[in-house]
Amino acid sequence: MTPVNRTQIIPIGPYHPLQEEPEFFKLHVDGEKVVKLEIEIGYNHRGIEKLAEGLTYDQVPFLVERVCGICSTSHPFACVNAIEDVGGFDIPDRAKYIRTFIGELERIHSHLLWLGLAGHFLGYNTVWMWAWKYREPVLDCFELITGNRNHYAMFKPGGVRRDIEDEDIPTAMRIVAGLERPLLMFAKIAMADPVLQARLKNVGILTYQDCVELGALGPTSRASGVPWDVRKDHPYAAYDMVEWDVVTTENGDVFDKVIVRVLEMLESVKICKQCLEKLREVKDGIDANYKEIPPGEGIGHHEAPRGEVFHYVRSDGSNRPVRYKIRAPSFMNVPTNNRAVVGYTVSDATITLAAIDPCYCCTERTIVVDADNGKQLMGWKELLRLSQEKTRKLMERYKSRMDRVWI
Amino acid sequence: MADEVVEGLKAKFGEAIKDVHEKSRRRTYITVDSDRLPDIAEYFYKDLDCRLQICTGIHMEHGFEILYHFAIDRADRIISLRVILDLEKPSIESIARRVPAAEWIEREMWELLGIEFRNHPDMRHLLLTDDWLEGNYPLRRDWKDWRGGEHDTSE
Repeated sequence: MTPVNRTQIIPIGPYHPLQEEPEFFKLHVDGEKVVKLEIEIGYNHRGIEKLAEGLTYDQVPFLVERVCGICSTSHPFACVNAIEDVGGFDIPDRAKYIRTFIGELERIHSHLLWLGLAGHFLGYNTVWMWAWKYREPVLDCFELITGNRNHYAMFKPGGVRRDIEDEDIPTAMRIVAGLERPLLMFAKIAMADPVLQARLKNVGILTYQDCVELGALGPTSRASGVPWDVRKDHPYAAYDMVEWDVVTTENGDVFDKVIVRVLEMLESVKICKQCLEKLREVKDGIDANYKEIPPGEGIGHHEAPRGEVFHYVRSDGSNRPVRYKIRAPSFMNVPTNNRAVVGYTVSDATITLAAIDPCYCCTERTIVVDADNGKQLMGWKELLRLSQEKTRKLMERYKSRMDRVWI
Repeated sequence: MADEVVEGLKAKFGEAIKDVHEKSRRRTYITVDSDRLPDIAEYFYKDLDCRLQICTGIHMEHGFEILYHFAIDRADRIISLRVILDLEKPSIESIARRVPAAEWIEREMWELLGIEFRNHPDMRHLLLTDDWLEGNYPLRRDWKDWRGGEHDTSE
């Protein structure tokens, strides 16, 4: 008799409309435990690098803005940095402050979106509703300043396309300052809630060494104590003209990734307020009006909400790039799931895959299939229920302590 | 810092360093011998504590270029190692076993540009489908879409 193979495969993905990057995960599980993970990407390969070779330098920022729907300013930010690096151009201070303000406001809205979805997957639907409620004024602020709630089209090589008017500054200031209290509340709740601690601590641990080896970026690596942040290490725009700190924690588990993101938002609020203050005084124009990009090559990067975005451009002196290379942070972060998911249970897999940020929605396509006969055992709803049920059980266990946190 | 790196590199690898172009304080491009590249990349990653950001493959008239972008975060610099490969049969030793962060990008460069990475631990399609027609590399200048019709992006 042949030995029975008890390992089953759970396919997760590849598509969901909410997802910014379709991915396909195959979880090999033995009972409750994940023993192996296979990752496949490329389901939404749009050939943007090739398309960029056919566009002019003025058009490329609009194209790369479409790389990602959530952090839509990250790619134009890196793109204009790269194009300016070709010629060694400098831009007016006012444009730098506006760029920084937009970049940080976007970090807040992206992290709030993630926080809400993470809450939903854990069965904390209050967190989901509240996080998205506080995200709303951020989008209003974008609309006020740029005219759009997403895809702001603010950046151009040499500066920004729209100015922030003096009369809009008090409103923007009020919105940004109004975020401080809810963010502190989220931080307090996350630190004090015993269920969240029981659910997220020591789950999906990524060690310092894993991060260095795989080149993990952004909050994913900062939660493991790797202090990489290109805003600090390779300052651009106005990041060296304002006061702020890089947030790192030590444990590398999902809990720390939550904490890093929440505290990072508070730093972003700090940066936004300083930029708005400066915009009242600094009035040296918003555009350097460069006409020609000389031959050469340039590298630009930006610390997007999920980590460093990297752009490389090669110019031959014409008005179009010869080669345009884009590297999004998830390209480096997704392989880390290989180390973070294996060894934990299926009910923890959803939140661990979600913890690096790109793939919370893949879970919606999850089905558990028996590897021997291909029969469907579990759909994404069951997996989600599994995850939420675990939280509910913990809630009951910690009931007396819970009452003190959520008043 | 700037010249320490370049001097150290020249002392250690000598002839393999063909050209150093210091574009600015923050960006340096170093052309190296493709046979020695894995050693030099390992030296950057292990001894200099650099972070491999990504690699860029380019199809140029004089050959295939690969740029290995290493960031030195403590010194606010990016050093790009450039190798130039043969147009007819581009091939280079993989660095994925020594620098794990390179595993995916080498798969990408192989399928989009047709550069062979010798001794790669797991060479499969990354972005394109598994049934992609062999010998079709979309980022090459002379690529014609084998699927024909409206997908054709060549000029």
